[in-house]
Amino acid sequence: MKKILTSLALIGLVAAGGAAFAAEEAHNAAAPTHFPMEEPKEMGWSFTGPFGTYDKAQLQRGLKVYKEVCSACHSMNLVAFRTLTDLGYSEAQVKSFAASYTIHDGPNDAGEMFDRPGKPSDYFPAPFANVEAAAAANGGAAPPDMSLLAKARGVERGFPQFVFDIFTQYDAGGPDYIHSLLTGFDQTPPTGMVIPEGTHYNPHFMSGVSLKMAKPLSDGAVTYDDGSPQTVDQYARDVSAFLMWAAEPHMEARKKTGVNVLFFLLIFGGLVYLVKRKVWEGVAH
Amino acid sequence: MSEGHSTYTPKTGIERWFDARMPLPRLVYDSFVSYPVPRNLNYMWTFGGILSIMLVAQILTGIVLAMHYAADTNLAFGSVEKIMRDVNSGWLLRYMHANGASFFFIAVYMHIFRGLYYGSYKAPRELLWILGCIIYLLMMATGFMGYVLPWGQMSFWGATVITGFFSAIPLVGNWIQQLLLGGFAVDNPTLNRFFALHYLLPFMIAGVVVLHVWALHVVGQSNPTGIEVKSKTDTVAFTPYATIKDAFGMIVFLFIFAYFIFFLPNYLGHPDNYIVANPLKTPAHIVPEWYFLPFYAILRAITFNIGPINSKLGGVLCMFGAIVMLFLVPWLDTSKVRSAVYRPWYKLFFWLFVADAILLGWLGSQPAEGSYVFMAQMATLFYFAFFLIALPVLGLIETPRRVPNSITEAVLEKNKGGSGHPVGATAAPETKG
Repeated sequence: MKKILTSLALIGLVAAGGAAFAAEEAHNAAAPTHFPMEEPKEMGWSFTGPFGTYDKAQLQRGLKVYKEVCSACHSMNLVAFRTLTDLGYSEAQVKSFAASYTIHDGPNDAGEMFDRPGKPSDYFPAPFANVEAAAAANGGAAPPDMSLLAKARGVERGFPQFVFDIFTQYDAGGPDYIHSLLTGFDQTPPTGMVIPEGTHYNPHFMSGVSLKMAKPLSDGAVTYDDGSPQTVDQYARDVSAFLMWAAEPHMEARKKTGVNVLFFLLIFGGLVYLVKRKVWEGVAH
Repeated sequence: MSEGHSTYTPKTGIERWFDARMPLPRLVYDSFVSYPVPRNLNYMWTFGGILSIMLVAQILTGIVLAMHYAADTNLAFGSVEKIMRDVNSGWLLRYMHANGASFFFIAVYMHIFRGLYYGSYKAPRELLWILGCIIYLLMMATGFMGYVLPWGQMSFWGATVITGFFSAIPLVGNWIQQLLLGGFAVDNPTLNRFFALHYLLPFMIAGVVVLHVWALHVVGQSNPTGIEVKSKTDTVAFTPYATIKDAFGMIVFLFIFAYFIFFLPNYLGHPDNYIVANPLKTPAHIVPEWYFLPFYAILRAITFNIGPINSKLGGVLCMFGAIVMLFLVPWLDTSKVRSAVYRPWYKLFFWLFVADAILLGWLGSQPAEGSYVFMAQMATLFYFAFFLIALPVLGLIETPRRVPNSITEAVLEKNKGGSGHPVGATAAPETKG
């Protein structure tokens, strides 16, 4: 029996050593095998944590960045104008915002397609007619739809971080990644690294050394009228927060309900526990 | 433990009327009120009740979700997002259902490990155990098919990989795979039949659960000592004793479940499943849901050919073999003592097995390359060694600790010097059996 145990312990040691070796071999600056090369920076957002809420002013700024910059290439097919009231806009404001878009509709009574101003019930129109057109116009890779981007991206957290994440309720993997990516351009690749033609180096990109998208934001590109700094970092924060809202519009309701549910279960559980103690009193078990 | 005769006496006119025609109230009373359970059951025994409410919760949320879901490759992803955005409390229903699957599996794993630890599968509970294994298999099929329905990238590629296993089976493999898929690749017919089966299987689970509970009520619960019930002092009535304890266990479980639904609803999912399925774009790493990861690691651990068996078939055989092991447990374990409480060596190996299962789960989530492969091979070896060597051999060579004569004796020993005044103190421990 002792022998079996000793050999088991040995196997465990060998396995642990192997893991350390695996971590070691990933380091080669010019030809990395693990992406992203740099982990996303944790920014801290107004919407994280059990009482998190969206910062409406930030979402409005993020919408502006999306509208003026991102939407040139990225669609947002699942978001309807009517939901923009979540950002603090009045119904009238949403109506006029929607009307600033042209929607291709039809067919009408004559069987013809026509253009008309947008209505709140419309969805953000896509910049390209179809995925093929989007790919053709962007060097062969269609820009991803942004409706769910903040939930569809997330860098693996690894052990033991993913255990801590349960207790810290870390749910901003998407926004942190998007922010890091948007602010991760303009860096010089390590010497000897081969950057494919027509792509742009970004150490925060999670699927390779570089991506087709060029640096989309630059200081002062979008005018803010609330006095917020007009920097790439601020734009990136705002649009990341906005995309989180776009992907998870009911987050505030979810967290608020959650606090109530947990509070109820805590009280109810406490009462049931007292009853259980009373019932079992005098019954050794 | 079934009392043999019913203690139910109908009190009202309507109860008497029913009792003479269809004694349903009697069945309920005998099964859930007067039914005797060992007095020493700990909280690990509350997972049976927890699993029942999880099954009901999954069926209820699932039926409402099905009212809004469209099983069509062009519509499925959008219909799920419609649920998340526009259906009243749709986000809640979907997060309950998706996380409910995970928590259903957490509960079932606790339930299975409890059975392994306390030897709950040993005679006369072999059939009870096997019915449980069948439920687990049905759950795996249901969970897998449910994950395909949102038609995200992991749905599609997970389905492609998992149905691909079947093509490894000699002679009939391709035929089985095409039958599952309804074609040569995962496509609209696959989604449609998976939806139909995902709706059907939970009701089959409910049916087997009835058999599982029936078998349980014939042989009675095992208990932490593994000693059979010998006298009335060993048991307490199901209601109120087990009912209130189960209720508390359920609330604690629901608390953790709610924590994930409301604060970490996507923690147990994969980000790629928020990207609509694209048959032309393979994700960097295809990983199944977390509850399949140990089996996935075993599948990928077989990287070598064994004689006429190529590595692909070998992996598939090992993966299914890993589940078959569970079915064989009642006959692999040679020990005369049930509970690990009295089996020091088995206890050690049990915990090593738990650690091994967790290690396999982690390896399943990592890419199958470098030293991970070797670790997975070692962990797979230990997995099978636990069932095929440790279980039979330990039962023969291990010297168990002294087992008390009865549950009552064990309880009194444990409570010696405690403040409780036991109800069964005056009863002499019976020595029958």
